[in-house]
Amino acid sequence: MKKKIVFKEKYISYLIIVVMFAAAVVMIRTGTASRKLQSWLVPICINIILAVSLNLTVGFLGELTLGHAGFMSVGAYAGCIFSQAVQNVMPAAVRFPLAILVGGLSAALFSVIIGVPVLRLKGDYLAIVTLAFGEIVKSIIINLNITGGAAGLRGTPQDSNYIWAFALTLVTVVVITNLTESGQGRAIKAIRDNRIAAEASGIDVTYYRLMAFVIAAFFAGVAGVLYGHNYSITSAGTFDYNKSIEILVLVVLGGLGSIRGSIIAATLLYILPEVLRDLQDYRMIIYSVVLILIMIINSSEQFSSVKELLDIRKAFRKLFSEKQKGEALNDQE
Amino acid sequence: MKKFIAVLLVCLLSVSVFGCGGGSGKGDDDAAVIKIGGIGPLTGDYATYGVSVKNGAQIAVDEINEAGGVNGFKFELLFEDDQADPEKAVNAYAKLIDDGMNVSLGCVTSGACVAVTEEIKKDGLLMLTPSGSQLECTQYDNCFRVCFQDPDQGKYSADFIKEKAVGTKVAIIYDKSNPYSVGIYDSFIAEAEAVGLEVVTAQAFTDQSNTDFSVQLQAVKGSGADLLFLPIYAQEAAYILTQADAIDLDVIFFGVDGMDGILEKIGEDNIALTEGVMLLTPFAADSQDEKVVNFVTKYKAAYNMTPDQFAADGYDAIYIIKAAIEQAGITEIGDGFNEALVAAMVQITVDGVTGSMQWTADGEPAKNATAVVIKDGVYVAFE
Repeated sequence: MKKKIVFKEKYISYLIIVVMFAAAVVMIRTGTASRKLQSWLVPICINIILAVSLNLTVGFLGELTLGHAGFMSVGAYAGCIFSQAVQNVMPAAVRFPLAILVGGLSAALFSVIIGVPVLRLKGDYLAIVTLAFGEIVKSIIINLNITGGAAGLRGTPQDSNYIWAFALTLVTVVVITNLTESGQGRAIKAIRDNRIAAEASGIDVTYYRLMAFVIAAFFAGVAGVLYGHNYSITSAGTFDYNKSIEILVLVVLGGLGSIRGSIIAATLLYILPEVLRDLQDYRMIIYSVVLILIMIINSSEQFSSVKELLDIRKAFRKLFSEKQKGEALNDQE
Repeated sequence: MKKFIAVLLVCLLSVSVFGCGGGSGKGDDDAAVIKIGGIGPLTGDYATYGVSVKNGAQIAVDEINEAGGVNGFKFELLFEDDQADPEKAVNAYAKLIDDGMNVSLGCVTSGACVAVTEEIKKDGLLMLTPSGSQLECTQYDNCFRVCFQDPDQGKYSADFIKEKAVGTKVAIIYDKSNPYSVGIYDSFIAEAEAVGLEVVTAQAFTDQSNTDFSVQLQAVKGSGADLLFLPIYAQEAAYILTQADAIDLDVIFFGVDGMDGILEKIGEDNIALTEGVMLLTPFAADSQDEKVVNFVTKYKAAYNMTPDQFAADGYDAIYIIKAAIEQAGITEIGDGFNEALVAAMVQITVDGVTGSMQWTADGEPAKNATAVVIKDGVYVAFE
């Protein structure tokens, strides 16, 4: 029997990122990329990592968390402090991957600390606790000396570049899409859909909730490290609850539980206000109006029929099924 | 419905396309143009500072162009919004570079400015921030500023209060989450100790709790202070003045340049509350100095409000760039343009609306601090 080729949705996600990366490389190598465009690349990747990782908790696990920026800041500060400490000991090529690990693991550690007690509870406690967590982290950072206080942490080596950023984005998307399709992922989705049924089927609810939560926090930390190494100043004010809400907007706009949607929303919503710069004073008004329009259009019935026409996966499936039908006919003959 | 949305989207698209076209079409006149790029918050919480700097700089640019330009150049001001955020500031900077910026005004706010210095260093442009007061805003050789740096303001304030005996028991309310406020607070405390000024209480707040100051104000009242030092921005200062009035707190309020703009923030109805408030600022709008009168008149005519210190900084920044171009004797934009401008910065003396200034190689201006006191809703120089 021939191995069946299945065109999975996740390949489209990978493809989008690879194409974006390829386009970036070509444009930068040929010198056609403007400074503006170049300065967008890393932040877009950071946005994608944040949106995709938050989608794991909000979309797949079905838990509302409002502290994603808190985990991002833990990662950013841990990674930056690490980089500054070893700045003269290690070359950038060794230092940066280690900083990413340090940042990601610190964020994961904090998520375990708050996740273990809170995720045992039923209800919306996680949203409240993570909201508080983000604010606590911010206050602590402002009051510590090692983090530079309110003035922000300065002097971090600028190790991030778009190649690292795209590589990490791809890793994030690959890990999270594969996780959601694995046995663990099915358990996570089962908890979202019906906790009681999941418990009755023998799924360790607390364990899987914690798993999704910690993995999401890890990648938020990674995004934080990228952010911290992209700008020469990291200030606690950047990571307030507004930032968490912004990430949540990306996830909701892209569609809960849709990785591809998160990628597209994260990219478009980053570019939109920048492109609108030429509108001067009307920029933020138009940006808000566009946000509302996207929300309305995205949820309207008319648009979903248009979307179906544009659905690449279905088109491919149709193509493959016709091909298979044809092959089946050939076999019979 | 679908049609409506389609039409709307098309409209949006065309607006943005035409917007692009309008922006890049300028500047092809006969005279050579030096593009000066500014970045600052034009929207969001700190918008008043960005708008002031932009307006002030625009007046200077118009004046210079009307007078025939500099060395055959006309000036053009490009100004981008950063909402006081380092990330957006770097994006705005990249856009300005794309638009052909020749000289940068850095950023209006400190945190954003620090992020931009890193990019400026790579490009080698002359950067002259009107109001980026944090120490690191001028950390590289090609970075200069018009305003005082934060530590200096705290030091000058303490010296001033001690010397003029404005107050003897000082209370402080400062914003712990704001680098500007913390920088001034730290240097004020250090200098107060050095000159023997008694600080009876220091109360902090953060940007999460910047509307209700009753706890801090009660503490100030209980401490027996006769002067309240407020190294904070105008919005919070306006709340403090209103709430202090409600509990009958009888102290002298003393602010620094961030408190400039208090008259607009507190509103027409409460203008009486600002009576007697003192500010340490190099710019007083009621000054009889010829330059200041000229600037204030033009500003009022163009924007229908009194210029604050940020506007004055923006105005001066443009004239400083003009002076540097004249000093360096630059007649064309080519190789060595940036280097010549940066070298000229330490040689010039500019007599601007914020006083007479000279620069050290560190990028710091040497100028005098003066205090103003608010009387009947206008700034009056403190005698």
